[in-house]
Amino acid sequence: MNLKKLSMHPDLDCFAPASEAEKEYMVQMRPSSTFFKDGVKRLMKNKIAVISFFVIVIITLCSIILPMFWPYKYDQMLGVRPGRPVNSSYNNLAPFEYGEKELERMAEGEKIFPHIFGTDAQGRDYFIRVVYGARISLAVGFFASLIVLVIGLTVGSISGYCGGKVDIVIMRIVDIIYSLPDMLMVILLSTVLKEVLAPLIAGTVLEKLGVNMISLFIVFGLLYWVSMSRQIRGQILSLREQEYVLAAQATGARGKWIIMKHLLPNCISVVVISTALQIPSAIFTESYLSFLGLGVNAPMPSLGSLASDALNGMNSYPYRLVIPAIVISLIVLSLNLFGDGLRDAFDPKLNG
Amino acid sequence: MSEIRNETPLIEVRNLKEHFPIQVSGLKTKPLKAVDGVSFSIKRGETLGLVGESGCGKTTVGRTILNLYKPTSGEIIYDGKPIKTAADIKEFRKKATMVFQDPYSSLNPRMTVADIIGEPLDVHKLYKTKEERQARILELMDYVGLNSEHAARYAHEFSGGQRQRIGIARALAVNPEFIVCDEPVSALDVSIQAQVINMFQELQEKLGLTYLFIAHDLLVVRHISDRIAVMYLGKMVELADADEIYDHPMHPYSKSLLSSVPVPDPNIARANKRIILEGDIPSPLNAPSGCPFRTRCRYATDVCAQSMPEFKEVKPGHFCACHNLENVD
Repeated sequence: MNLKKLSMHPDLDCFAPASEAEKEYMVQMRPSSTFFKDGVKRLMKNKIAVISFFVIVIITLCSIILPMFWPYKYDQMLGVRPGRPVNSSYNNLAPFEYGEKELERMAEGEKIFPHIFGTDAQGRDYFIRVVYGARISLAVGFFASLIVLVIGLTVGSISGYCGGKVDIVIMRIVDIIYSLPDMLMVILLSTVLKEVLAPLIAGTVLEKLGVNMISLFIVFGLLYWVSMSRQIRGQILSLREQEYVLAAQATGARGKWIIMKHLLPNCISVVVISTALQIPSAIFTESYLSFLGLGVNAPMPSLGSLASDALNGMNSYPYRLVIPAIVISLIVLSLNLFGDGLRDAFDPKLNG
Repeated sequence: MSEIRNETPLIEVRNLKEHFPIQVSGLKTKPLKAVDGVSFSIKRGETLGLVGESGCGKTTVGRTILNLYKPTSGEIIYDGKPIKTAADIKEFRKKATMVFQDPYSSLNPRMTVADIIGEPLDVHKLYKTKEERQARILELMDYVGLNSEHAARYAHEFSGGQRQRIGIARALAVNPEFIVCDEPVSALDVSIQAQVINMFQELQEKLGLTYLFIAHDLLVVRHISDRIAVMYLGKMVELADADEIYDHPMHPYSKSLLSSVPVPDPNIARANKRIILEGDIPSPLNAPSGCPFRTRCRYATDVCAQSMPEFKEVKPGHFCACHNLENVD
């Protein structure tokens, strides 16, 4: 650059006006970034959360897709053929062993799909039972969390937004439910509801699912929404003091509008996170209820009931206990880790 | 500042009181008298400036007029009709809106600019088609000098001044007649303040708006207001034309308040003597008896402790509440 000799100022004659293309180049409009995009970006950086997410996706997809084309059914006793005596060679097969008939057919050169985890005491393919059990457990976790979410969200936001007496009454009810021993209540309610529900759902699709499952959902609906509603209420209490809520009130918006448009979108991170953490807890509850014999109706398997059944032959067939236990742990662990990752990525208070 | 003036006031406030119950101990509550008997009226097309120090109840007056707080007592008469029932309030919300102080917390961070500005339209269902809504939003953005490309962006992507423009566009959405401006420029830096203030004036001329302009910056208030009201501890102490109150303040509190205004010319500034008040503003929970200002007033006499002075017209158009006006120099 030419500088003026005396003043060392740049010579203005050396400057040329910018062309249109150059002006265009200077104006760079950054695409607008939303809260959600930022959160996903942060989540993607968390390797553990991403791995957990893929584990969950793989387990879920397997449990949905595999039963569709697996050659065995979860309730198919391989040794039982109509009109023939029960072939006990199919019972209690070790992994990759075959029953009598299957060995014969293999000798003839036929290909037989292996029993990856062997079979159980009734000669049912154990692998498909585990897959099916995972499907049930995931479904229970998902729907139970959905129930908790809907009830917790509604009650929490009403309590937080209305405040005053409404808030006091609702929060005392929450306190009462909180102070109940939930294990005891779950067992008690499942037992009682079983009597009440059995005639109601006879002959419907729900019957296949079993009274226990339905009562489990009801128990979740009745008891487990409290912590969710408390969290939502806490968020809403602080959010409703924001000036934009006052601004919405000044335009004449009503409570429902303000909750839906202003308050809930701003506590979505808390909602997503606590729902994600609610799923493993629901799966866990379902598992030990099944383990105690209060879960799904036989022959429908769930991971808990599989583990429970395996207890009888624990010394001879330890893998039958270990496999469902590992699957439960895997599901619960990856959901928890993913939930933690979500919280780190979406909770603005944690990352400053 | 516009010239159209009807003699009937657009909005009239009569003896407005707003007491908040404050829990003292257990179930006992004590009223916090945020606003305690304020009366004034604003003519169509006029700007009334409302000044006073922090905590004197300016903002509460603004919010109570819009029925954001339910008034404890008193009347708000809009265009000759008192605002009482829920239906009145609903109708009133289409005519009176508010611009908020903090451009950061008054815009929902999860909404786009178009949704923020369009919210009043949605609430009152003021459009028939999506296109109509979009057209109205773009028109409003144009009014306040925002680029139409900004419509899809989120509020956090804007500067303070731009955010306040968004807030003003939202206030204009329902085509209001009356806007309460609650310290709309005090969160902005000075150069932006001037832009926003000028925009307020342009909008007033263009749309025939009436403002209640709440502020603590006295120069800003003088610039925009036709008349100015001074508040102290929930009560109005003086009300007069802007120039009158600046040139001939009567109430001792107004005198002291106005003497604190910085003057750009150092010669004049030196000639002016500052009246410095002693002590702090008393808590509105334990307001002094009689005149609220007596604890800090140089001219206070026994009568000040006994009764609240009447808010009376001392000169034509100049109201003042003081027992000892003749003694105040």
